Amino acid sequence: MTLLSVKDLNKRFGGLHAVNGVSFEVPQGVIKALIGPNGAGKTTLFNLISGTIAPDSGSVHFGGAPVQGLRPYQTASLGMARTFQHIRLFPKMTALENIMVGRHIHGKAGFIAGMLNLPFTWREEKNIRDKGLEIMDFLGIADQADAEATSLAYGQQRVVELGRALACEPRLLLLDEPAAGLNMRETVEMGKLITRIRDTGITVLLVEHDMTLVMNISDEILVLSYGQKIADDKPLAIQKNSEVIRNYLGEDDA
Amino acid sequence: MKARYMQVLLFVLSIIAIQLATTLTDSAYHLTQLTMTAYYTILILGLCMLVGYAGQLSLGHAGFFAIGGYMSAFLTTHDLSPYKAQASVALLADWGVLTSRPDLYGGSLLTVNPWAACIAAVCLTIVVAYIIGGPVLKLKGHYLAMATLGFGIIVYRIALASSSLGAADGISDVPPFRLLPGVEITGSSSARVMNYYVAWGGVTLGMVLLLNLIHSRVGRALSSIHGAEDAADAMGIPTARYKLKAFVLTAVLASVAGVMLTHYNGGIGPSEASVMKSVRYVAIVAVGGMANLWGALIMSLLLNFLSLRGCFGVYDDAVFGGILIIIMLFVPDGLLRRKVFSDIKGLFSRNTPGEET
Repeated sequence: MTLLSVKDLNKRFGGLHAVNGVSFEVPQGVIKALIGPNGAGKTTLFNLISGTIAPDSGSVHFGGAPVQGLRPYQTASLGMARTFQHIRLFPKMTALENIMVGRHIHGKAGFIAGMLNLPFTWREEKNIRDKGLEIMDFLGIADQADAEATSLAYGQQRVVELGRALACEPRLLLLDEPAAGLNMRETVEMGKLITRIRDTGITVLLVEHDMTLVMNISDEILVLSYGQKIADDKPLAIQKNSEVIRNYLGEDDA
Repeated sequence: MKARYMQVLLFVLSIIAIQLATTLTDSAYHLTQLTMTAYYTILILGLCMLVGYAGQLSLGHAGFFAIGGYMSAFLTTHDLSPYKAQASVALLADWGVLTSRPDLYGGSLLTVNPWAACIAAVCLTIVVAYIIGGPVLKLKGHYLAMATLGFGIIVYRIALASSSLGAADGISDVPPFRLLPGVEITGSSSARVMNYYVAWGGVTLGMVLLLNLIHSRVGRALSSIHGAEDAADAMGIPTARYKLKAFVLTAVLASVAGVMLTHYNGGIGPSEASVMKSVRYVAIVAVGGMANLWGALIMSLLLNFLSLRGCFGVYDDAVFGGILIIIMLFVPDGLLRRKVFSDIKGLFSRNTPGEET
């Protein structure tokens, strides 16, 4: 079953054709990696899918419904959650509170209910907190619940951001360079986490430069170069694809 | 019981203690300034939520205060008796929207009653806040500050230029506002103690509502918009709608405060709409620690009271401008922030505070 289907997507920034007629599909329950040289249009493609920017033409279908041109908060409420290449945690809030914000779309309490502290919000708040703690437990950062999120070590901030996205209970998790800035050990841990997340049934689409990580965890890999798709295949086939090697991976003895 | 309600209880006890202290020291005349301070505090608490928690700076909230005050002052003093024969006026009278009362010269006035005027004022504020807030809240940082400043200037100039609003003199002879039988907002000295409690009761109510709000799902969402708007958006929070709602909510608080102070003072003048008032409110929120409702309340109580007692003399506005400069330069997080104790400890240790990040 296809969860995400992108057809003939285009985006221009002035004279730059950042995403040029890209089509691909993400089947339910896989980890799909998006790789390519710097400036290939990976993050732009990501932003087009999540709604941060609107495409010039083409379509994005999520779970069968068209989502191109929707705002990020709308795609989020449909079941897409994302992390950012440069960590975007909420400062002056604890790690747990950051993750609790991720539960937003599953809550109901509005301004009036919040101001009056209506009884139904008590249970809702408790559920939000419990779910947040459960996610921190799953990610192995439960002991950091009350620490100010932005004061945590860099690697842990990445995990908190991942937790915040998981708190949305997304069907599709978009990870923009989840291993950026992590050391080798942390990268391996991150890879394990992403695999475990996939095993809970969440489909993952990630942009990543760490080829060891990509080759280890991905079920499928999409390669972009200068805004165009040059390959879309299994990891082993990608490693042997001559065009990908010439454009991106490089020869062993080069 | 939650800690925040214990704080509210402590606050209520302090309010009672202050009143008793003025009785014991035979200085009940202080209650007048304390009552006026309370109404400014309601506005400031709202502004604190908007600026400190939601991160949306407004230099136009004196404008909303003035809209509330002027609207209720105009409606409760505008004599409709010449139009008694008209169907619309007769209909309003039938609905109980109008009341007649004797005027100064023994004649009779037919005016809108204060409750109806208050509701009208709040409705007008909501409409204006939506119209202004919608486009303006797309701006960020100092662009937002400039745009709201523009709004404040417009309200001020309208108040100053409209002869129907009394131009530079403002509107006077505003009647008392009977909230409940036996409870009315009035400046008469016999009702001074009651009005003190009515006003600070209003502050307490506003405080409880806002404390609840910042500890709720919406409060978290507003803080997240403050911290990283794009990430909040990506978490499914409709950021534009939330900012607008917070803006309108605080405009309504400002407007209600304006209505009540106008009835208490028996009038309103254009200085209530002036930009310096807005600057003063923001300065108080800043000294209070931005995202700190109790800090804003304490600083509002202190500074507004001193200002109303005339302690700053002719330098009144200059003092608040100076406070803003000093706070922004030396303690941008405000004097009364949550970490104040660790900072004091920091003064005595070798590590410079703020270097831990």
